[in-house]
Amino acid sequence: MQRRFVSIWFRQLLADWQLIRRPELSAVPFVFAAPDHGRMMITAVSPLAGEAGIEQGMRAADAKAICPGLEVLDDKPGRCEKLLRGLAEWCIRYAPVVAIDEFGKDGLLLEVSGCPHLWGGEREYIKEIVSRLKSKGYAVRLAIADTPGAAWAVSRFGKVTPLIPSGEHAEALLPLVPEALRLEETVLAKLRKLGFYQIKSFIGMPRSVLRRRFGEGFLLRLAQALGTEQETLVPVQVPVAFQERLPCLEPIRTRTAIEIAISKLLESLCTKLQTEGKGLRKGILTGYRLDGQLVQVAIGTNAASHSVSHLLKLFKLKIDQLRPGLGIELFILDVPKVDDVTPEQEAIWTAKPGLDDQSVIRLLDRVAGKVGPQVIHRYLPATHYWPERSVQHTFSVTEKPATDWRLDMPRPTELLPAPVAIEVMALIPDHPPRFFIYKGVQHQVVKADGPERIEREWWLDKGEHRDYYQVEDEQGRRYWLFRSGHYDSEKQFKWFIHGFFA
Amino acid sequence: MNTKSELVHKLQQDILMWQGLKPASAACAERIGLGAIEDAFPGGVFPKRGIHEFITVFPEDAAASDGFIAGLLAALMKDGAACVWISTARRLFPAALSTFNVAPERIIFMDVSTEKDALWIMEEALRCEGLAAVVAEVDSLSLIESRRLQLAVEESGVTGFILRKDAQRMASTIATARWQISPLPSVLEEGMPGLGFPRWRVELLKVRNGLPGNWVMEWAGDGFLEVKRVLQQGGWKADENRQIG
Repeated sequence: MQRRFVSIWFRQLLADWQLIRRPELSAVPFVFAAPDHGRMMITAVSPLAGEAGIEQGMRAADAKAICPGLEVLDDKPGRCEKLLRGLAEWCIRYAPVVAIDEFGKDGLLLEVSGCPHLWGGEREYIKEIVSRLKSKGYAVRLAIADTPGAAWAVSRFGKVTPLIPSGEHAEALLPLVPEALRLEETVLAKLRKLGFYQIKSFIGMPRSVLRRRFGEGFLLRLAQALGTEQETLVPVQVPVAFQERLPCLEPIRTRTAIEIAISKLLESLCTKLQTEGKGLRKGILTGYRLDGQLVQVAIGTNAASHSVSHLLKLFKLKIDQLRPGLGIELFILDVPKVDDVTPEQEAIWTAKPGLDDQSVIRLLDRVAGKVGPQVIHRYLPATHYWPERSVQHTFSVTEKPATDWRLDMPRPTELLPAPVAIEVMALIPDHPPRFFIYKGVQHQVVKADGPERIEREWWLDKGEHRDYYQVEDEQGRRYWLFRSGHYDSEKQFKWFIHGFFA
Repeated sequence: MNTKSELVHKLQQDILMWQGLKPASAACAERIGLGAIEDAFPGGVFPKRGIHEFITVFPEDAAASDGFIAGLLAALMKDGAACVWISTARRLFPAALSTFNVAPERIIFMDVSTEKDALWIMEEALRCEGLAAVVAEVDSLSLIESRRLQLAVEESGVTGFILRKDAQRMASTIATARWQISPLPSVLEEGMPGLGFPRWRVELLKVRNGLPGNWVMEWAGDGFLEVKRVLQQGGWKADENRQIG
């Protein structure tokens, strides 16, 4: 069977995408710009801006001079590829092999051999794709031909018909400009210089002459368009969705039955995960009830897992939230997030259990499932002197501290959530107080150490510095006090208690 | 007669084993640096398979207990194992743990809102063999709750610490040992300014099958040090008013 290819060209991919997201921009000319050598260069143009004479490759400043109301949006590198990937995954409904156009990065190539008749013929097939994409808001041009090269050329430069019948692609190429062959800019410049404005003017020339003048790459492109050279498409791979279904003969109402259902679902899911080397990070169990309602519970894990017993335990904590009502007919287990599983080390060498110990991670999963993940805290040193900011919270169990914990200055074993104001009596400025009153109790200071001055981090917040003193009262109780600000007759200074030492 | 006393001895040994206490032969290798306090326990071994209860009424006592527990954790977590610290109103400052040779990043804090959740997590954590110890700050603990915790401990061998805030010192629980730690004035060499090593009065109010007592302990930088002779030292004297560093 003759192979057939479709080329889809998105004429203004980024502009269309932006208009779909923000319909209010349809009346405003806008462009996308990205920094290049210190200037903002335009990378994509909206239809309105194009009418005003703005082109891709201009400077944003120049464009603004031409069109004062122009809106300049930031372009992120890789956004186009991401969009195309999404569209390619969507296009798999039309053909099994969908590839991103690697030359222009603004279109898709589909191998559609044996597909169009399912839509009632090639004309209806093309019409269907165009109208579906148009209804979504994308302006596209399509062409169908025997080779990817010819389809690409006709979709972009063809003027007669997008439907090139089998075996006629060479004729269709003849009146097109050389750009239709996907050539490099240097080769195109050479062709223009020599006066070749159409493909037919050089296609009949001897190969040796063409190779000498334009190089091997030119001949390859020509051959790919004509079909004498095979062109391989790199198909887009759709990630496997892990999903399990369990229809029940009788509606299920009891806890035991639900547990059995979940364990059945997990057994088949976990064998699948195991063969792929993946583990569950997030799972959603949906129950379809007899009365048409949906009930859902979700679990999450701290590390990828494909152990049936562990996942079952996590679900068991949540079964109470499933309301079976009249009964559940169908269970669906979705796994929206998976991760690679690092193979578990055999217990022979693990003399040192640590934070990444499997049993600890499972404990954390159970706690996160029952009480909520927000209760779990782990702290790493932060490079701040200010006591409140000297530890930072981390969500990861495996993250290692980037710096050492500081040991040079004493820190209290218990730190009050916020400093509490106290009354003090100090004899000499810059000396620790002789006594202080905290919660109505007077403490005589017997021994003291300090001050340790900690400056306020002015780039984070404003306020006075703190002079910290470590003091001990006559009973041996040790406190961390500070004075906020200097001793000054004009300005206010205040004493606070901030912690207790062991 | 002989057989009878042998039988009784054998039964006593068995009971000790069931309660998580190792026989004396394995003792020397497992000392955790508490000095004379360890001799108060049956067999001279600090019972790792047990619930240790700390009575803390005042925040200053809580700080001292935190410091003492941190010192114990340093020994228990020596092999790299992790620890879980459960609390409903935590004031422990993670950065301070490094003073007691505990790596703060190896401690997982669980800050829950209700006592019920705290006890549930504690029981789950005590069953988790990958942990070295579990510390929980609770207001009160009933007999049944403590019994559940003790059963979990005997299964896994994870040491449990309970910081109890209620003043009923003698409320009955199943705990292996009941402690009270209170701060004592630190002592420096004559004429030196500043503060000395943290010093505590360690009271062992109750030990199952052991001898209660009280000691004066100091955290001497990298380990516990028992202070045998407590020097009487006054505060500031009038003439040495500038003892401050």
